[in-house]
Amino acid sequence: MATLFFFYFAGIIVLTSILVVALRNPIYSALSLLIMFFHVAGLYVTLRAEFLAAVQVIVYAGAILVLYLFVVMLLNVKREDRYHPQFLLGTLLGLTLLTEGLLLVFRGTVPEQPASVPAATGATQAGSSVLPLVGNTETIGEVLFSTYLYPFEIASLILLVAMIGAIVLAKKDIGGREA
Amino acid sequence: MFELGVKVAFSLAQIGVVFGIVLLTVMFLTLAERKVIAWMQDRMGPMEVGPYGILQPIADGLKLFFKEDIVPAGANRFLFSLAPILALVPALIGFAVIPFGPNLTVELFGIQFKPFVISDVNIGILYILAFTSIGAYGIILGGWASNSKYSLLGGLRAAAQVISYELNVGLAIVGVLLLAGSLSLVKITEAQAGGFWHWYIFAFPFPQIFAFVVYVISAVAETNRVPFDLPEAESELVAGFFTEYSGMRFAFFFIAEYANMILVSCIAAALFLGGWNAPYPGTLIGHLGFPHFAWIEQVVWFAAKVYCFLFLFFWLRATLPRLRYDQLMRFGWKVMLPIALGNILVTSIAAYLFPKS
Amino acid sequence: MSGSDLLLDYLSRYFPILLFIGIALAFGVVTLLLSYLVQPKFPESEKLSPYECGSEPFSDARMPFPVRYYIFAMLFVIFDIEIIFLYPWAVVFDKIGLIGLVEMLVFIGLFVVAYVYAWRKGALEWD
Repeated sequence: MATLFFFYFAGIIVLTSILVVALRNPIYSALSLLIMFFHVAGLYVTLRAEFLAAVQVIVYAGAILVLYLFVVMLLNVKREDRYHPQFLLGTLLGLTLLTEGLLLVFRGTVPEQPASVPAATGATQAGSSVLPLVGNTETIGEVLFSTYLYPFEIASLILLVAMIGAIVLAKKDIGGREA
Repeated sequence: MFELGVKVAFSLAQIGVVFGIVLLTVMFLTLAERKVIAWMQDRMGPMEVGPYGILQPIADGLKLFFKEDIVPAGANRFLFSLAPILALVPALIGFAVIPFGPNLTVELFGIQFKPFVISDVNIGILYILAFTSIGAYGIILGGWASNSKYSLLGGLRAAAQVISYELNVGLAIVGVLLLAGSLSLVKITEAQAGGFWHWYIFAFPFPQIFAFVVYVISAVAETNRVPFDLPEAESELVAGFFTEYSGMRFAFFFIAEYANMILVSCIAAALFLGGWNAPYPGTLIGHLGFPHFAWIEQVVWFAAKVYCFLFLFFWLRATLPRLRYDQLMRFGWKVMLPIALGNILVTSIAAYLFPKS
Repeated sequence: MSGSDLLLDYLSRYFPILLFIGIALAFGVVTLLLSYLVQPKFPESEKLSPYECGSEPFSDARMPFPVRYYIFAMLFVIFDIEIIFLYPWAVVFDKIGLIGLVEMLVFIGLFVVAYVYAWRKGALEWD
C-alpha cells in the first residue's frame, strides 16, 4: 500500500520536474512546480514527516513560488527570448549527476523500504519499528531545541542576513526619497 | 479489504455531508448577507423569489449555471478556467480537519470512526494554513489570465494583501499553540473544555484576546472582505481580479470567498472560543441525564459560534468604509505584526512562569 | 501494535484528506464542464474584448508592475520561514523549559532586528 503511494508520488514528481524545465511558458512551469511541491509533500506524509509536508507546502508552494510568479509576471517574459542553448554545460552536469545516481543505486546505500523508517529518529525511548505516534512536530521541536540548538540559532542569523540582503538589493527602488 | 471498504464508505459519507453543509451554508450566506445589510439600511432586501426571497440563492445559482461563460479575447483559456478551480478547492478542503462536534468514537462493524471530524491529523492547523496560502494562486492567475488591466491590478493587490495578512494569522495562532501544546484542532478544542474561562480568548495564564483581535482582522483581510476588499474595489478597479469572469467561473470565485469566510470562522471558533465546548462546564443535556445526546448541544454551540462570526462579517460590511491600499499594507505590517509578536513574547513568558501541571 | 499496523493507522488518517482533495477537484471540473455543455455560446468581438470603461483596449494588459510587490513577497518569504520555526517550539514548549524560552527569545530578538531594519529602511512603506 505504502509502496503504491510512493510510486504514484515519485512518478508525478519526476514527470512534473521534467515539465518545469521543458515547458516554454514560464507560468506553466511555475504551475507544474506547484504540483511537484504538493507531491513532495505527499511523499513526506508517507514517510511520516507530517510537519515537513506542511512546511513544504507553506514555505515552498505558499511563499517561494508566489515570489517566482511575481518575478515571472514582473518581467513579463515572452515565450522564447530567454533560452540560451548550453548543451555542453548541460551534458557535463547531467553526466555527473547520472554517475552519482548510478553509483548510489549500485552500491546499495539507498534504504530499501523508506516508508518503514520512522522520520523521527530523535525519540529514542522506543524501538524504531514501534515508535508511538507522538507526531513529527513534537519530535522536531524537541530535537531542534536540544541537539540542534546551535544550527537553529545560526539559521536565525542566516535569515537576518537574507533579510538585509534582500532590502539592500532592492533599496535602489524603494529608497528613492532617501538618496 | 472489508475493513478498508467500510472506512472509505464512511469517509465518503462524511465528506458528502460536510460538502453539502458547506455549500448550503454558502447559499444561505449569500441571501443572509443581502438581507442583513438591507435591514441595517432599513430596506427589505430580496423579496421576489419565494416567500421573503428565501429561494433567491437557488435562482442566482441556476442563472449563473446557465449563463454564457465569456472568455475575453487574448486571455489564456487554460489558466482562465483553472484559476476559479484553484481558488475554490483550497477553500473547500480546509474543512477536512475542522472538528464540528465532540471527539466521540463510534464503532460500526467493529471499526472505529470519529463522526464529527473527517480526519484528525496531528498538524491540523498547519494543514489549513498550507491550503489557504494556495488560495492566492487562483487570484493571481485569474487576474493574469484575463488579459485585462483591472484584473491584473486586482489580482496583484489581492496576492500582496493575502500574503501580508497570512503572516499575521500565522503569528496570532502561535499563542494558542503555546497554551495548547498541539497542532491538532481536536486536541486544541478539547483543552478548552470546562467553561468559558477556559477558552483561550480568556484563559489563564495569559488571555489570547490580542491574538484573537489580530486573527479576526487578518481573517477579514485574507478573505478580501470589507473593509479590506481592495482587490475588488469597484470604484477604482471595477471588480478586481474577476472583472472578466462570468457564469459558473464567476460563481466559483464567489463560492470560494464565502467558503473561506466559513472556514476562518470555524478556525476562530475552534482556536479561541472553545469550539464545540459550551460556555459552562459540561452540557445541559448531559446534566439532565442524557449523556448520549450531549453531542447535539455541542454541535449547536459550535454552529452558533461560527454563525456569530459570519454575522460579524456582514456587520462590518454594512458599517465600515474601505481602506486605502497604503493604509492597508501599513496596518498589516506595522500594527498587526508587532501586536502579534508581542503577544507571543508575553504568552511564552507567562506560560513559563505558570506551567500547566 | 506492530510497526506496519501503526503505519497503516497513520496513513489511514491522511487517506480521507486525499479523498477530499480528489472530490473537491472533481466537483470543480465537473461543474464547469456541465455548465459549459448547457450554456449558450454567441461570441462576438465586442463582447469578447476586455473591459476598459467602454474605450478600446490599448497596449498589452500584462504590463510590468511596480517592484514593490516583489519586495513584499520577499519579506513575506523570510518572515514566513521565521514563523515556521515558532510552531515546533510552541508545541513542545512545556518540555524544553527555560532553555527553549531563552533560545526563542534570542530568535525572536533577531527577528525583531530584521523587522526594525526593514521598517527603518522604508521597506514596509507602500507608496
